[in-house]
Amino acid sequence: MNIPEELKYSKTHEWVKMLDETTCEIGITDFAQSELGDLVFINLPKVGDKVKAGDIFCDVESVKAVSDVISPVSGTVFAVNETLIDAPQKLNEDPFGAWIARMEGISSTDELMDAAEYKTFCAAEEA
Amino acid sequence: MDRKTPLYDVHEKLGGKIVPFGGYLLPVQYGTGVITEHMAVRTKAGLFDVSHMGELMFEGPDAVSNIQHLCTTDISSMTDGQVRYGMMCNEKGGIVDDLVICRMKADKYMLVVNAGNHEKDADWVTGHLTGDVKYKDISESVAQIALQGPRAETILRKLCGEESIPLRYYHFVEFGEINTEPRRINALISRTGYTGERGFELYCDPKDAVDLWNALLMEGEADGLIPCGLGARDTLRLEASMPLYGHEMNDDISPVEAGLPCRLDGKDFLGKQAIIDRGSPDIRRVGLKITGRGIAREQCPVLDRDGRKIGWVSSGTFCPFLGYAAAMAYIPSDGYEPGTEVAVDVRGRLIEAVIVDLPFYNMNR
Repeated sequence: MNIPEELKYSKTHEWVKMLDETTCEIGITDFAQSELGDLVFINLPKVGDKVKAGDIFCDVESVKAVSDVISPVSGTVFAVNETLIDAPQKLNEDPFGAWIARMEGISSTDELMDAAEYKTFCAAEEA
Repeated sequence: MDRKTPLYDVHEKLGGKIVPFGGYLLPVQYGTGVITEHMAVRTKAGLFDVSHMGELMFEGPDAVSNIQHLCTTDISSMTDGQVRYGMMCNEKGGIVDDLVICRMKADKYMLVVNAGNHEKDADWVTGHLTGDVKYKDISESVAQIALQGPRAETILRKLCGEESIPLRYYHFVEFGEINTEPRRINALISRTGYTGERGFELYCDPKDAVDLWNALLMEGEADGLIPCGLGARDTLRLEASMPLYGHEMNDDISPVEAGLPCRLDGKDFLGKQAIIDRGSPDIRRVGLKITGRGIAREQCPVLDRDGRKIGWVSSGTFCPFLGYAAAMAYIPSDGYEPGTEVAVDVRGRLIEAVIVDLPFYNMNR
């Protein structure tokens, strides 16, 4: 299970990468993509969407089921990764490279877990 | 309390993701994932644990008359080693279960039923038996492995002599011998399957299941054989438009509505008159090719171009080989010819689809 050190993590298995003090990149973790299985569709958020931490801001669909992606921070979407539309499998192949959205004006990330905490959290979920 | 098949430990060792299904614990997929497993069956070969299925034996002078009464299929012209598909219906003309009937001898038959309906079927059968018939539920003493795909026969031939391999589709060899080192395993080898590909289903003693599975996997590795789970089993059968009980069939839907083979002008069977009395069916099963973005799943409403609900989806998924999402649905019998554009309401979003002829996929491609 890959858990990059420099990222922050939510309890719903999204990762956050700070681009600068008020902007970040968001995606789903290796744990998430493994649980979801082969992804075949993604419904990206829209540029301009204002999102609160804890809101559903997009969904991904695997062969088995649809799953909501929860925004780990509050802010405004200023970019979405359109390459995922035709290649959703990138989320499985490279979960930490295949970012879903970039957000600005974001709230604090204090509520999120660091890599070590997330590792413990995942171990508990597996048990 | 869900039960384990004889291959449970093997699945765990192979990295299978175990889920409850039909009262058993089975892998939904392995590390390879549903899409890879599905494609293996379409292009090379896949191995499935299907031990959860139920096997019901009928023997004796009245075996035939009982099966004739219970099942839609006329078995009177079957030969030893032949398999036929059929259904058991209830007094309303709805479907109790679909199954295959294997004739061992003129007075000895094995019915193979769905795991999810096992108890229901056993109760149904025992409640309707008449005359001189020995009925036995042998499910506990039968393990079943399915070897499916274009390379299935090549793989099996490495382990079996000619005489163990049934020549024709929907036929079986009752006493097949698989040459695993250091011993031979006996298995009933049937040229049948639930994937829409060529292949075999092997029925053996639970004690032999692990050795049989391992022998097949080892022998088939060079041909690209991989273990496959329930997820791929579902995408494969749906891509091939094969019905699944609880989706395309249930206690209310008749064989005629489901578009399944059922002669109403031949021998009598339980439920036949009720089906006839229903008259021309109001609904029929069709295929939907999803042209919009998303997957239509069971129970999603199907809408016409004016937004009116005209039916519902019975099964839907993404079909990896075909590369599009497909669904089977029930809509009115009249109107809505193939090519008609419809929409499916998927969690509040309307996704475009078009009605298509079944099957979506044909192995003779």
